Amino acid sequence: MNEPKDVHHIVDYKILLKSGAALFALTFLTMIAFWNHHHLGAFAAPIAFLIAGVKAAIVMMFFMGLKYDSTMNRIIFGLGFFFLAVLMAFSALDIWTRVPVLGTI
Amino acid sequence: MSTVESHASHEHHFAHHFKSADHEFLTSKQGIWLFMVTEILMFGGLFVAYFIFHHIYPGMFAEGAKSLDWRMGFGNTLVLIFSSFTMALGIHQIQKGHNKKAVLSLALTILCGAIFMVVKYFEYTHKFHLGLYPGKYLDVAKVGAEHANLGMYFGFYYLMSGMHGLHVLIGMALIAWVLFRTMRGDFHSHYYTPVEGVGIFWHIIDLIWIFLFPLLYLVG
Repeated sequence: MNEPKDVHHIVDYKILLKSGAALFALTFLTMIAFWNHHHLGAFAAPIAFLIAGVKAAIVMMFFMGLKYDSTMNRIIFGLGFFFLAVLMAFSALDIWTRVPVLGTI
Repeated sequence: MSTVESHASHEHHFAHHFKSADHEFLTSKQGIWLFMVTEILMFGGLFVAYFIFHHIYPGMFAEGAKSLDWRMGFGNTLVLIFSSFTMALGIHQIQKGHNKKAVLSLALTILCGAIFMVVKYFEYTHKFHLGLYPGKYLDVAKVGAEHANLGMYFGFYYLMSGMHGLHVLIGMALIAWVLFRTMRGDFHSHYYTPVEGVGIFWHIIDLIWIFLFPLLYLVG
């Protein structure tokens, strides 16, 4: 295993504070987008999840410390999301390629 | 052999099958990350199921989402983000040797978890009062449901938020454990492995809620 040089990296207090503030601000942004969801139409849901994605990235990088962690740990955690994406993609393919059948079985 | 510095209050004796204390720390942390993958896949499976049924029954999910109070979800989101901050701060303080401050940060984190669960309790009891139970137990006549299978939405709601709530309770118990050990003086700047692991677990609870909040409360 390739050990990182900085095993016990201490995340700067200011970085933690800024991350927290950014997460609060993005939560308010989520609400602003929600209150205007009639204007956003079909984009309302993707925008809500895009903001959630940015928030998740902040939590992972600075609170969970993946930014300062080993490449191996980043790959391990990333694999979870990769296989989730595979599950999602095949499920979506299944739904979209179905032929509507009338009547009951 | 040991990389623990002499100024440490308690020297940490790493297990004999490790090369060094750092090796033990890194190995433990990697184990936690593997555990986090299983968490992502478990909640991820529920998210995928939610998307599939949302796609098939959009009207029913919209009706269900309407009965959720965004103010409760919004407030709880802020509480959980703040708790993630105090958790990260607690680790930062132990690393710097400020254990007394760390005890306060960890206690604040538990308090936030408790606030989150109290809000959840009020949300759940209010829904039970209205007859909004999961699956076939949903009182269609009392609720005046437009969709006869509205119980399916609430099946997802209770399963996903309940599974998350269970994680919050387990997380609180784990933080209480590391809080007790911090007070006892078990940890110092070069040995805080349990706090680091519990911290990562607590952050994943926040991470999952970041997606659950828009999914359940906002996108109907």
